[in-house]
Amino acid sequence: MTILFTPELAEDLIDLTIFSRQPHQLIPILQYCQSQNGYISRETVRQIADYLGVSEAHVYGVASFYTQFRFERPGDHQVRICLGTACHVQGGEILSEEIQKIIGIRPGEISQDQKFEFHEVACLGCCAQAPVVEVDGRIYGKVTRRKLQKVLRDHESI
Amino acid sequence: MNRFNSYREEALQKWDSQMVHSEIPVIYLGTASCGIAAGALDVLGTIQQTLTELGQPARIVQVGCIGPCYLEPIMDIAMPGGPRVSYTNVTPQKAKRILQANLTEGDLAPKMAKGHFGDEAFSSKTGIPKFFDLPMLKPQVRVILKNCGFIDPEDGDHYLAQDGYAGFLKVLEAGPQYALEALKESGLRGRGGAGFPAFKKWELARSAAGEQKYVVCNADEGDPGAFMNRALIESDPHAVLEGLLIAGYTVGASQGIIYVRAEYPLAVKRLRKAIGQMRSYGLLGDDILGSGFSFDINIKEGAGAFVCGEETALIASLEGKRGMPRPRPPFPSDSGYNGCPTLINNTETFGTVPAIMRNGGEWYQQFGVPGNYGTKTFSLVGKVKHTGLIEVPLGTSLRQVVEEVGGGTELPFKAVQTGGPLGGCLGASQLDTPITYEAMRDQGSIMGSGGLIVMDESTCIVDMARYFIGFALRESCGNCTPCRIGTRVLIDRLEKIIRGEGEPHDLEVMRKAADTMVKTSLCGLGQAASNPVTSSLNFFAAEYESHVHDHYCQAGVCKGLFQYVILAERCNGCGLCVKVCPANAIAGKLRETHTLDANLCTQCHACVEVCTKQAILSLPLSAEQDHLLLSEALQ
Ligand SMILES: Cc1cc2nc3c(=O)[nH]c(=O)nc-3n(C[C@H](O)[C@H](O)[C@H](O)COP(=O)(O)O)c2cc1C
Ligand code: FES
Repeated sequence: MTILFTPELAEDLIDLTIFSRQPHQLIPILQYCQSQNGYISRETVRQIADYLGVSEAHVYGVASFYTQFRFERPGDHQVRICLGTACHVQGGEILSEEIQKIIGIRPGEISQDQKFEFHEVACLGCCAQAPVVEVDGRIYGKVTRRKLQKVLRDHESI
Repeated sequence: MNRFNSYREEALQKWDSQMVHSEIPVIYLGTASCGIAAGALDVLGTIQQTLTELGQPARIVQVGCIGPCYLEPIMDIAMPGGPRVSYTNVTPQKAKRILQANLTEGDLAPKMAKGHFGDEAFSSKTGIPKFFDLPMLKPQVRVILKNCGFIDPEDGDHYLAQDGYAGFLKVLEAGPQYALEALKESGLRGRGGAGFPAFKKWELARSAAGEQKYVVCNADEGDPGAFMNRALIESDPHAVLEGLLIAGYTVGASQGIIYVRAEYPLAVKRLRKAIGQMRSYGLLGDDILGSGFSFDINIKEGAGAFVCGEETALIASLEGKRGMPRPRPPFPSDSGYNGCPTLINNTETFGTVPAIMRNGGEWYQQFGVPGNYGTKTFSLVGKVKHTGLIEVPLGTSLRQVVEEVGGGTELPFKAVQTGGPLGGCLGASQLDTPITYEAMRDQGSIMGSGGLIVMDESTCIVDMARYFIGFALRESCGNCTPCRIGTRVLIDRLEKIIRGEGEPHDLEVMRKAADTMVKTSLCGLGQAASNPVTSSLNFFAAEYESHVHDHYCQAGVCKGLFQYVILAERCNGCGLCVKVCPANAIAGKLRETHTLDANLCTQCHACVEVCTKQAILSLPLSAEQDHLLLSEALQ
């Protein structure tokens, strides 16, 4: 997997002084930065490395190990389809194909107009309501093709 | 101590006046993640609006998950003096009607009620069954889930009123030795999967040398298809925290850490709140309740890596490193977080501890069977009719869980996957296996943390094996070769079979690779990742063979290995499939048998989903619309 850093912006600079300068703080710091900027930019990596006194490679090495961290600016609407076991059994893949058809991008991609970003994930913890789709943090259960279209439409018009 | 007692007195009074003997109606709404996914927040909005419209005072209590998630959203109403009555699959419109009936017309709307929490007399008066007599709930017991769905998880007083922290007080009074004895007598085994006796781990951590010790609650729950830990934390966070507090006191740790999965924001929020409440009750901090014991609890959010559920990887992650497992020994109880003795247990293990401390170890033995005492929660999902969070005594048979609790399957049952991606697939002939750590292992699966995924005839076993291996492949940390390469070998062969290019020796190669992985992988992930393949090869050989020899997937999952055919005997010509087919492959007039053009069909499955008559079958490619074959398929 190649990961591209998007160009850094001034807003990427973050006040890290609420964290102690200990190595075990690295993941909480990364989580904090991502919650502030939506992603981890190259500049953020540099800044964290500086702050903790470790190498940039170390920061990046840890960040890239975990699926939570992302290195690109996110799209406006986050669409996630669960492909955990329960959702797989209940036809999650078919819904994933349907989403790809509707919003025209593949898993892991961001649409050209930045409107949608789409990911396949493993289990959102609502397995009894499978298949499950999450849009902008809101989880929808027992999703059918028809419900999917309505949900996506509703979110697009926000 | 006196301060705490007065908090408890207040909580009991509050519980009694606001919940048990409330003068205004109490409306319960399940708003754990599962309820929210089913639309509970929309219902909540309607409840608030309707109450305003009616000008009626009522108390809305947001509770956690009561278990039968397939019935969500669940709204209950307790009128003053009456028992709580449950209404299920509630939509905003339905909620409005039920509220109007109850609040303005004094009508319970028994037709819409699913169950109640009152006595027999209420049943005979109203015709509404008891909630816990519903087929899904009857075989269950509630030890861990006792409070789930009954208390407001964000109100610490509710927990206090349910004997909350009484287990901790007992341990404070009777001493750490009492805790160890009770745990030993209870026979409680780790609920994270391996079933290691809890008391042994606690004893090791207690006797380990070291000034600084840690207790860690594993709430990483990476098993896709399992949500027991999430539901417990969202519904009764204090139970887990009390268990952690008791553990800290018993082993002599001053710091507790909860490692929660990144995908569980609501669980994190409720834990934060509950920890704040503990602090205000004086249950955290220095010199807790004047005992000289000091303790604090931190939350660490995971960052999305399945392998971090493994204890040594989890510790690496806590330390801010890549979550790579390391060989044991040393075990965490000797050298864990920051090199200090660390006790790690699963969320459910901790959640069970308060009840054992309150009631004693012997009490716990009334549940389960010797060697496997107690109860276990499972997330019962997949193709069963009643999906949800369940709790049964260990020793219950899989059949009872699938058929009675789960209500069976719509299409014929095929298999149940236990233990998640590292577990195994068990077939119909193994359904009488009692659920114990040993029996599950002897059948070629594992107990695991509690995911039970039920599959029916529409699930393809080979596709499931590929699914699990794909998961293991992505989640393998890449540290050791057998796991990294082994999962690659397995997935290549499985994909080859699914494409219809499988050869008999592929099955041999897979067995060999699986064997190597089991024997030589570094951690539990690699050692068990091949389980789904091995168990399905053992118990569903025929299905593999039909893929390999006949290039036929009877379940109709592996594209290109079947063709859809409409069975004239079943088709009633309703036109639904014609409408949904995106490829215009189905033709036919209303009320006349439809036909499907296999050349146009993209096998998108849309027609199968809408057909109410199960008239669309997946037949072998070679079979023309041969009537003999059709009638065979019919059977
Ligand atoms: C790959 C892998 C993933 C695991 N995931 C979890 C998990 O999500 N939750 C958990 O409690 N234990 C998990 N375990 C087991 C833990 O290593 C550990 O045994 C457990 O947390 C101990 O708690 P217990 O004794 O209460 O069961 C996992 C083990 C492996 C090998
Ligand atoms: S498998 Fe989809 S929510 Fe768990």
